[in-house]
Amino acid sequence: MSVFRTTIPEHADDEPLIQLVAPDGTRTPHEELDAAVAHLTGEDLRRYYRDMVMIRAADLEATSLQRQGQLGLWASALGQEAAQIGAGHAARTQDYLVPTYREHGIAWARGIEPWRLLDVWRGIAHGSYDPYELRTHPYMLVLGAQVPQAVGYAMGLQRDGLVGTGDLESDTAVLTLFGDGSSSEGEVSEGFTFAASFQAPTVFFTQNNQWAISVPTTVQSRVPLAQRSRGWGIPSVRIDGNDVLAVYGAVRLALDAAREGEGPSYIEAVTYRMAAHTTSDDPTRYRARAEEEEWAAKDPIDRLRRYLETQDEIDEEFIGHCEEEGHDLAMALHHEIHAMADPDPIEIFSHVYADPHPLVEAERAEFERYRSQFEDAGDQADAGSAADSAAADSTAAEEGRR
Amino acid sequence: MSTLVMITLTDPGEGLTEAEILDIKVGVGDTVAINDPVIEVETAKSAVELPSHIAGRVTRVLVAVGDEVQVGAPLIEVDTDADGASPAPAPAPAPADAAPAPDPSAEELAAQAQEATGETAAPVDAAPSAASTAPAESTAPAESAAPAESAAPAAEDEQPKNLVGYGARHSSARRRRRAAAQEGEDQQVPIDRILAKPPVRKLARDLGIALADVFATGPGGTVTREDVLAAQQRAIGDEMPGDGDYFPDESPQAPASLHGTMKSATSQSMNQQSFSGVTSDDRTTRVPIRSVRKRTAEAMVSSAFTAPHVTVFNEVDMTATMDLVRSLRASREWADVKISPLAIVAKALLVAIRRNPEVNASWDESAQEIVYKHFVNLGIAAATPRGLIVPNIKDAHLLTLKELAEGINDLAKTARSGSTPLSATRNGTITVTNFGVFGIDSGTPILNPGESVILGMGAVKQKPWAVDGKIEIREVTQLALSFDHRLIDGALGSELLRDVSAVLEQPQLGLVWG
Repeated sequence: MSVFRTTIPEHADDEPLIQLVAPDGTRTPHEELDAAVAHLTGEDLRRYYRDMVMIRAADLEATSLQRQGQLGLWASALGQEAAQIGAGHAARTQDYLVPTYREHGIAWARGIEPWRLLDVWRGIAHGSYDPYELRTHPYMLVLGAQVPQAVGYAMGLQRDGLVGTGDLESDTAVLTLFGDGSSSEGEVSEGFTFAASFQAPTVFFTQNNQWAISVPTTVQSRVPLAQRSRGWGIPSVRIDGNDVLAVYGAVRLALDAAREGEGPSYIEAVTYRMAAHTTSDDPTRYRARAEEEEWAAKDPIDRLRRYLETQDEIDEEFIGHCEEEGHDLAMALHHEIHAMADPDPIEIFSHVYADPHPLVEAERAEFERYRSQFEDAGDQADAGSAADSAAADSTAAEEGRR
Repeated sequence: MSTLVMITLTDPGEGLTEAEILDIKVGVGDTVAINDPVIEVETAKSAVELPSHIAGRVTRVLVAVGDEVQVGAPLIEVDTDADGASPAPAPAPAPADAAPAPDPSAEELAAQAQEATGETAAPVDAAPSAASTAPAESTAPAESAAPAESAAPAAEDEQPKNLVGYGARHSSARRRRRAAAQEGEDQQVPIDRILAKPPVRKLARDLGIALADVFATGPGGTVTREDVLAAQQRAIGDEMPGDGDYFPDESPQAPASLHGTMKSATSQSMNQQSFSGVTSDDRTTRVPIRSVRKRTAEAMVSSAFTAPHVTVFNEVDMTATMDLVRSLRASREWADVKISPLAIVAKALLVAIRRNPEVNASWDESAQEIVYKHFVNLGIAAATPRGLIVPNIKDAHLLTLKELAEGINDLAKTARSGSTPLSATRNGTITVTNFGVFGIDSGTPILNPGESVILGMGAVKQKPWAVDGKIEIREVTQLALSFDHRLIDGALGSELLRDVSAVLEQPQLGLVWG
């Protein structure tokens, strides 16, 4: 793993930025990473292209839905599609991924439909995909909090004997994602400490999108973020996060090394948050238009398209078809969101503990009593909803018993 | 057949309640597709474009640019079923089944619009039952929607643009211009635009200073700590006289630029600071009588016309006093205290008062009593950039010469910086005024109201002086002592001045009498 370094160059500027595909589509050979992406076919890359187009369409639609009052908030991943689609696909099915709240491309690559993300942002669920089935942790909203948890999960994998058996299809690693802002959180340092000490099969992956809300990365770190883990003895690399091939190669190498028992590693994927931090802020107040334009020229989707064009692996028909699909997906989301039913308030008691808990049961009963006051005085419509909620209660109670 | 749907103001941030309309991107009759930006609003957090959630033809625009609207207020009405406007409206066609309950929100919305915009909204279309297709939409399965949408070519043509609420380039450019215009034209920047670090904001809050009143000098137009403190100095003037500081307003005197106005009739470069009540024409400037000028005038009038003044003069050989001043200046003990002839004069006056305590008194007209003071609060008249004030040194009779000198220095410094507290000017008993600093020999000082004696000191000048029958060059000054003749006879006043003069001519008398 020579591309993953453990030493820090004397000058921060000497930290290399690994890139396989330049913004104009030119392919740069790289012995080690080329081996990691050699098995990718033209069809694979076309799929990644389509994935990026689809997730961008879904992302833009979600922003519109927030503006239309259908979502409380949305954190756009616009511009980070290559980092997420590349990392998401580099993980093997058995790997466990631990995302932040901006990992819509990771979710897509793991087979999570976008509308399963929207309910959280609509405020009607805490998450509606099955983290065990899809091997993807629910979105973490607390900055950096997922990192020690991910390392703990990786240490569990070691104890379950799922690391270093030599079987790439069953040996498991953890991919922990966090942003440049989160990298300054104490939890990340704690995660580094445990992962290094126990050589836990964890790959730390930062999408450095340059902005922690309004704070630029340069304010948070005097050195490239990639160098931060080296003090722990965790080898790391800085890659071009808008280059889906470089991301795929680096993440695949790191995860396979981890599953083989070679310990943790850290990847800084340099990318750009093309939209606001969330729909609640206005980046024109803290960053320059010129910077946004500079990064627009490095757009990850355009880059992959140009590369595929040089390889004669993509045509206008495919590109047009992807755009149509993206538009259809956006419209489907648009209508899906209206069909989302508000949850019954009683559900709040259903997912507190895995096993029945006397205090929660008492609170549920109290809430039911409270609610029944309104049913008594109510009209027929209320009676109807009371019946609904009674049914929901019984299913919820059943779930609770299970 | 028409199906009218209202686009209302959503909460574009987290917990915002209102927004200002920056731009309206559609007009009545325009066709809109889903996600077409229809309106741009600015909230406390950001400027955002609101995309339409429906496709159709705009039938009404209920707001105007510049309106402040509440979240929930109706903005634009769209007919989703107008002829030709929307060949294939996305959801199931008109909700003819079980006509939706009369939309209770239609009138409310109109009322809100009125309230929010201050304008009379056009009366709500008399088709309340058709006011919303939302129920139909919400039940439409996603699959049925997609093909319907793809049949709307107009929508597809414009598909890639402006899907991101914040990011439309032209909108941002305009917003910047707008902000710049605000800064340039209007000093009254809205409070939420003022840049200041939180500790500075807290300081301003603690001092009761509105940040909007602070002239910002920090980088990027930020308000600094010093700016707030300077504003506080200015704001002190706004307090009612009585407690607080002496200067009730910023510009007791004529505007500083008055001189400039005299020199050049065309000069319009009046100080940026506006002086309320000041009016000017080509040849005169009228300034309301306020503050120190008003107080000075009142004090002088009340004093000059109630207390019959007598002034006695004496020319004094100050050479020994000046020798004393020079030797003190050279001594280590006085290294950090500035000693001036005025301090010796003040000390000499205190010594003389000790020998003639009856002069330290006041005339109480209402009680018909003379009040003899057992303490001396020694006033020092000070010319400040804002006018004459007379703060006094409390219990000056208890002070050593050094303490007295320090007290005089402090008073002068405080007075010049404009921060003399009102309390420092009250309860004076006797005053010294040094018109010597202006280089003149003498004058007839007017009593500080409530006091009976004021000692004026002229400039100390080298003059020919008869010493033991010979003419020598000596350092000489004139003393002028005014007193209230109601309670001080000429003999007493003269004795006081003679004693002061004696101490100045022979400072060692201070040891004998002090």
